[in-house]
Amino acid sequence: MEKIIKGKAFVLGDNIDTDQIIPAEHLVYSLTDPGELKNYGKYALSGVPLGGAGLPNGGTSFVDEGNYESKFNIIIGGANFGCGSSREHAPFALQVAGAKVIVAESYARIFFRNSVDGGFVIPFDTPQKLNDKIKTGDELEIDLAANKLKNYTSEEEYQLNPLGDILPIIEAGNIFEYARQNNMI
Amino acid sequence: MGMTITEKILAKASGRDRVVPGENIWLNVDVLMTHDVCGPPTIGIWKREFGEKAKIWDKQKLVVFPDHYIFTANAQANRNVNILREFAKEFDIPNYYDVGTERYKGVCHIALAEEGYNIPGTVLFGTDSHTCTSGAFGMFSTGVGNTDAAFILGTGKIWEKVPESLKFIFDGELPNYLTAKDLILQVLGDITTDGGTYRALEFDGSTVFAMQMDERMTLTNMAIEAGAMNGIIKADEVTEKYVKERTKAEYEIFESDADAKYRSVYKYDTSKIEPLVAKPHSPDNRDTVRNVRGTKLTKCYIGSCTGGKLSDFMNAAKIIFGNTVKVPTFIVPASTFVARQLEEETISGVSLKQIFENAGCVIAQSSCAACLGGPSDTIGRAADGEVVISTTNRNFPGRMGSKKSEVYLASPYTVASSALTGVITDPREFL
Repeated sequence: MEKIIKGKAFVLGDNIDTDQIIPAEHLVYSLTDPGELKNYGKYALSGVPLGGAGLPNGGTSFVDEGNYESKFNIIIGGANFGCGSSREHAPFALQVAGAKVIVAESYARIFFRNSVDGGFVIPFDTPQKLNDKIKTGDELEIDLAANKLKNYTSEEEYQLNPLGDILPIIEAGNIFEYARQNNMI
Repeated sequence: MGMTITEKILAKASGRDRVVPGENIWLNVDVLMTHDVCGPPTIGIWKREFGEKAKIWDKQKLVVFPDHYIFTANAQANRNVNILREFAKEFDIPNYYDVGTERYKGVCHIALAEEGYNIPGTVLFGTDSHTCTSGAFGMFSTGVGNTDAAFILGTGKIWEKVPESLKFIFDGELPNYLTAKDLILQVLGDITTDGGTYRALEFDGSTVFAMQMDERMTLTNMAIEAGAMNGIIKADEVTEKYVKERTKAEYEIFESDADAKYRSVYKYDTSKIEPLVAKPHSPDNRDTVRNVRGTKLTKCYIGSCTGGKLSDFMNAAKIIFGNTVKVPTFIVPASTFVARQLEEETISGVSLKQIFENAGCVIAQSSCAACLGGPSDTIGRAADGEVVISTTNRNFPGRMGSKKSEVYLASPYTVASSALTGVITDPREFL
């Protein structure tokens, strides 16, 4: 597991539900066929109304037209990120698009479990709201061991909540690796 | 300190005497349910992780309902159903309900109830957020993703954090213009879309226990709209009768202790609640129908696990009877059983199906259909610029199709009244 993750921020509002992360019409692609699964990257966050995509200004697509990967790899969300359906295609789509970490004020339970147990993206939550402090395109660095987020663009630093009990699952890669390492399966 | 019904069921499923909220525990799962959208990836992960030796922990406990993208020409969606079919054949799955056969049931959450898989005191996981619906039967039920489901498929176990409980007590007679949908929209407006995150919503009170199972399921179904882990209603004689008619399985009835601890308790006098809607674009964006009356509509939709049960169509038919709809109105029975009931149940000697047909409604085949948008040829799907009123469960941007559409959520009474006028209409004008 990488200890330091650097990249550009893509900032979203509160209550980003799974239909905005990956609209239901796209749930038909294979999640294993390499030629087909890249569509999940292409359409990641395509359901977000344009005004709310890439805050504070909006109007920025997460993945540029015709591309399969995003130039942003750290997502900054607000409250209740990933609410709505149980589709694991949602954190998967973000991973396929190149996202490594989400930093949000809070998460919906199923999205959070899927992100961790499937090993798709690392979901940090925060003691304070950050989606009104960080701007889309800001250059960020996340220190996983120290639970710190540094914004090189604004030169500010924020504390993240520790991952706690789920850190061993993230370090193992997913819940199956974790279970094997602990002789559970 | 006493325990809540949710804590008692989780204690039993984890082999403990007691559990407390916040504890992470491993549960033995009684039933795992999956469908055509999340089943194929779940099977893929299960095969990848368990390899050649991949074994289903207990075939009798796996239930597979194709229901989401059924009546579509989309080749990839049809491929997903084929993957389920091949899997059921390869592993000889007894509880597979194939499309195109008499066994086809329709929407999984309603089919689980109808087929006798909802058993008081048990633990049910499903690869769908509305799996919380089954909690109406005094059981623990919740949604999980494909990875967690694959883990259950191979082991019969999963970890879960014991939720705190919120209690909602509804007392008083339900006025003839309200349904369970209005009550849950009231709750969602009060606690918002994350007020239930990692929590259990327990419904109680004389209004709730006067309801039949269809209406109770509307309450627990939308617990996920508050982010809740589960919704739950203690089993009573109504539940027992429903269950005994469908299964011989033994069950255990749990109830919350008088001194159980709740994070909050909400009390409602049902007679003071008005017909409600959730305005675009969130299920917690509550308003009275009165305040939005007159809003022009392009489409009305009655269907889904939330609002496509027999009681929902019975309520809608009371209003639509003898009238004509002014905007395209879609009737989508949740299950094939409900679809048959539409032909058998009557008002003044006219079948519900006939009432809807006479009024000019479009009656579709049982499936999840446009509740979640679906492939572009899905019946009832919302197009750009549409304004829809629907008995379904979610109205986040794009949920029913185009992200340039607007969706109002409401009861079958309100949707039916609005269908007759073409604008959002208070059902008290017709009742």
